[in-house]
Formats: sequence, structure tokens, C-alpha cells
Amino acid sequence: MAKKYLMKGNEAMAEAALRAHCRHFFGYPITPQTEVAAYMAKRMPKLGGTYLQAESEVAAINMVLGASAAGMRAMTSSSSPGISLKTEGISYIAASDLPALIVNVMRGGPGLGGIQPSQSDYWQATKAPGHGDAQVLVYAPSSVQEMVDLTIRAFETAERWRMPAMLLADGMLGQMMEPVSFPDEVPLPPEKPWALTGTKGARKPNIVNSLYLTPSQLEQIVKERFQRYEKVKAQEVLCERYKLDDAQFVLVAYGATARICKAAVDMAREKGIPVGLFRPITLWPFPEKELAALGGQVKSMLAVEMSMGQMVDDVRLAVNGRCPVYFYGRTGGIIPTPAEIEGQIVKMANRKEEA
Amino acid sequence: MAVLFQKTKGLTDRETHYCPGCTHGIIHRLVAESLEELGVLGETIGVCPVGCAVMAYDYFNCDMVEAPHGRAPAVATGLKRARPENVIFTYQGDGDLAAIGTAETVHAATRGENITVIFVNNAIYGMTGGQMAPTTLPGQVTQTTPYGRNTDYSGFPVKVCEILREVDGVAYAERVAVNSVPHIRKAKAAIKKAFQNQLEGKGFSLVEVLSTCPTNWGMTPVEALGWVENKMIPYYPLGVYVDRDVHHRKEEEA
Ligand SMILES: Cc1ncc(C[n+]2csc(CCOP(=O)(O)OP(=O)(O)O)c2C)c(N)n1
Ligand code: SF4
Ligand SMILES: [Mg+2]
Repeated sequence: MAKKYLMKGNEAMAEAALRAHCRHFFGYPITPQTEVAAYMAKRMPKLGGTYLQAESEVAAINMVLGASAAGMRAMTSSSSPGISLKTEGISYIAASDLPALIVNVMRGGPGLGGIQPSQSDYWQATKAPGHGDAQVLVYAPSSVQEMVDLTIRAFETAERWRMPAMLLADGMLGQMMEPVSFPDEVPLPPEKPWALTGTKGARKPNIVNSLYLTPSQLEQIVKERFQRYEKVKAQEVLCERYKLDDAQFVLVAYGATARICKAAVDMAREKGIPVGLFRPITLWPFPEKELAALGGQVKSMLAVEMSMGQMVDDVRLAVNGRCPVYFYGRTGGIIPTPAEIEGQIVKMANRKEEA
Repeated sequence: MAVLFQKTKGLTDRETHYCPGCTHGIIHRLVAESLEELGVLGETIGVCPVGCAVMAYDYFNCDMVEAPHGRAPAVATGLKRARPENVIFTYQGDGDLAAIGTAETVHAATRGENITVIFVNNAIYGMTGGQMAPTTLPGQVTQTTPYGRNTDYSGFPVKVCEILREVDGVAYAERVAVNSVPHIRKAKAAIKKAFQNQLEGKGFSLVEVLSTCPTNWGMTPVEALGWVENKMIPYYPLGVYVDRDVHHRKEEEA
């Protein structure tokens, strides 16, 4: 059996990146993800890699762009206000068809907000990670083990599809300690014939670029990228179903909130309410088909988030009126309790009976 | 018959989009010739700016990447850290390098990134149609300083070489011009040295090239060359501002 380590989410994620052969990390300090930088600063020199503290998040993401253009597995990590600064670079990375990993350990916003856990960057991650028609892969871990597994997966899918990937965690997952194991071996990154290595006089120059001044050419390129996104949607969706087989009521939650929802589901089931949890693991691509099918089978759904209600939009789009979709959220860094959510489940179940 | 002059292999055959009389083209040639003469074209990765040289990736005959506006030194840092054995350069205008990208420039310099920066100072935002640049001279008329740059209101021009003189990570900073044959010859030597420094691992090397923008200065090409001589050079004195070996100096200290 694989060896287990007791690790903080942030550190486990950093170690996973190293095991996934990432040797280029560029960051800028921000709570609650500073352990990632500290871990990298300690380990990278020993592995012959690069840990560099940039002058800003803007610089850090552009260093990632450079290292990725050079063909390396590269990453940066930050929290909400820092991610806002990275969006310019993320847009260029997406538009240049470069892979990269961006970690957002979300904290309460907007503005400087707070430093406690939050999920209020869902819209930013899934709808507008930068300007222009573009998407990034968004993975939402729900445990320290998933911080590990999804970090490795994110590097691989980002390279497979040549697009940026984001690990969307929150302060709770980043700070929490849990036992984790690491895969014995992670496959080496694939060959990257597009990478900038210098021509060595043996090939034509490679150009990594996002500028197309002719509208028809730009439209063509964006359309081709969206054809790729369709394949991503078909192949990369991940979700978890918890006690859904006989469920008439469904909680929809991701990340740390989903853990709390599981406890709430168990509590409500003790009271005889047939409730389950649907947990999107990829937020983009969003598990639309899975939720649509579920919407046709159950009485109602309740999206639970640490925000004023962001993912709930996607749940409603997916369900498309097949059943009512309610929302419950806490924000500002407040983590909902299982009892609080259980209360909402009871309310949802009663609402149905009223109707 | 003896060959007296040949186009450098460092440039592609693409026709450039630069305006008649613009000296961006001369600077491209000097960079390309330097890379060819040093025998490093096959090792070189260039970083394009956002500015009139945005499409330099079509002109330089080596691997190239397009950076967001002002971020070229950060992109170059990522490239150089990923591939220290390659030759990495940025080619940036004054708006790119000395306004939106000031932080990236100064911090790549403070880190002593072993890269070469070609800084094209034409005292204007060329690409966007002639607005005030950080380097626009006092009194200079631009689209956004229609009554001339009033330093009380819009501040003073940014003198990049003078600023970098105080930055410990800088190995080499020289200001040159390309408005006359003697100046072009000096500019060539400076650019070549800035690449040679990188090959020797000396640290951050920057060459500021005073360049023309006849289109947005509202001048003929010849008048523009004269304006560089009579207006720009007095404000931006040519010469070597820094010349030292940053990284080997560090080793001695250690
Ligand atoms: C983030 C961002 N802001 C503004 C612009 C618009 N823009 C394009 S080029 C440019 C100025 C370029 O001037 P300079 O760097 O001096 O280069 P030149 O064209 O003079 O060679 C600006 C402001 C942009 N492309 N991106
Ligand atoms: S606008 Fe000015 S800087 Fe740009 S190409 Fe024309 S002359 Fe050169
Ligand atoms: Mg300019």
C-alpha cells in the first residue's frame, strides 16, 4: 500500500506538483496559500528546479507564460486578489495555446475582502478567467488527497489540450491537514514540438503568439479552439455522486462546502429525508449532462456555496427547469455548518410538500 | 566578384510593416546581425513587445514569443530560467518598457536576469497613433499633449539608463542612437556586446536606442533624424552607463 503522509492541503498540492515533474514555480506571497511558496522555495533548489518570487502576480503569471512557451511544466499559485492580477496573463496563455497550472486558494472578496475561506471566484474562474473568448480547465478539490490527485491531473490535461488549468481550492482545504498518498510514478510530460527551444538551425522558427489582426483569421482560430473545448467537455468532466440512488432531493456543492454537505446529507437521512449530494469536480467543463439527467429524476435541488450564489447559475442552466433549484450560501469567509445546511434540506423537503 | 554586403540570415524575407523612415528596421538589422555574427541564431528566443514591433516574430529568424504589453522582461525571465543555455532577448518600446512595464523591467534588472533587452526609445506611443510616452520630451507635442508636454502637469520624461545605473543587478546599460552612420556603428557594437555579455553570463544587459517615429512626430524621415540629434540626444545623453560583471562579482563577494 502507498505510504501515507499527514500534510496540509497547500503543502500536499505543492509536493504533488513536484512529483508531476513541475520544476518551474513563480509566485507572490498572499494568504492563505503562502505555504505553497515556502514549500517550493525549500524543495525546488534541491531538485534543480526554479522557485522564483516575482515582483507581482502580473510578473509571476508572465514568467509562467515564458517557461511554458519554453516547453516546461510551469505553475503559479495565489489567492483571489492575486488571481485578478493574473487574468491578463491567463488570457494570453489561453490564446497562445499554452498549458499551465494556476492555483487559486480562494479567500473572501471582493476587493481586499478577508483571508478566510470562500468560493466567490467561481464566476471569474469559469466565465471570465481573462478577456476574450476563452476557457480554462477548472478543478475543484474537496479533500487534501484530491489536492494531490487533481494537481497531477491538471498538469496532464492542460498539456493534452494545450490550455491553462486552474485548481480552485479555498482557504479551508489549503490549511487543513489530512493523510495523503502520492502515486509511485507520474508519467513524464509529452514531447512538445511547438516549444521554444531555439531552432538549432534544424527547423523553422517556432512562434508562440496570440495576435491575429485579420478578423476572419482570428475568428477561425477562436472557432478551432472552441472545437477543442467541445472535445474537452465530452472527455474531461468529473463529478461525484453521494447517496443519490434513491434521492428525491439533491444538494449540489463543490470543494470544501461539499464535505460539509455530506455530513448534512447523513444527518437529514437519519430524519428519513431521501437526500443526496451531487459534487462537480470539474467546474469547467461543468457536468451539465449529468445534472440535467438528475434534474428529471428528483423533486428539487439546492445549490450550497460559500458565495452569494455563483455556481447555482450553471446548475439552473443545466437543469433547465426540470426541477426547482434553490440556493443557500454564506459569504465573507463564513463556513456553513452541517446543522445549518441540514436545516435548509428540511426546508427544501417541506417546500415540496407544500406545493 | 567579392560580396561586400549581404542581408543577415537573422532576418526573414518578410517585408516589414514599419513606416518609411522609421528606424525600427535598422535596429532589427543590428540585432539580427549581432546574433548571426555570434553564431547563436539557432539558440535564440526573442520576446516581442506590444507596440510597433509587435509583429517582430515575423521578421526575426529565430524562435519568438509574444508578450502582453510591458511584460516582456517577465516572459524572458521565465524563458531564461527554463532554458539558461539559450539566448533570450526582449525588444521593447518606451511605453512598453518604461510605463506599463516599469516594474517588470526594474525587477528583471535587480535580479540580474542574464538576458538582453533592446529598448527602442522614440519618445512616443507609435503604434496607438502618437500619444505621450513616458519618454516624451518636455514641450513635445503629441496627440495627448496637444499643447506640448507640461512637466508640471504630466511629469518628467523617464530616463531609463540613468535609473538602471543605480540598480545592482545591471551588468550593462548603454544609450545609443541610429540617426547617422557613426551612431549606427556604435549601436551595433553595443547591441553585440549586450548579447556577448549574456553568453558570458554577466547579467542584465540593456541597450537603449534612440529611434525615430516620423509618422507621429509629423516629420519627414530626414527631419526626424535631425530631431534625434538636436532634441533627443541633448536630453538623453549617449554613452555607457553601466559596464560590469554582476554575477562573477557576486561570486567574488561570496
Ligand atoms: C494592456 C494594454 N494596454 C494598452 C494597449 C494599447 N497599446 C498598444 S501599443 C501601445 C504603446 C506602444 O508604445 P511603445 O511601447 O512606445 O512602442 P512603439 O509603438 O512606439 O514602438 C499601447 C498603449 C495594449 N495593447 N495593451
Ligand atoms: S508609427 Fe512610428 S514607430 Fe511605428 S512604424 Fe511608424 S514610424 Fe515607426
Ligand atoms: Mg515608443
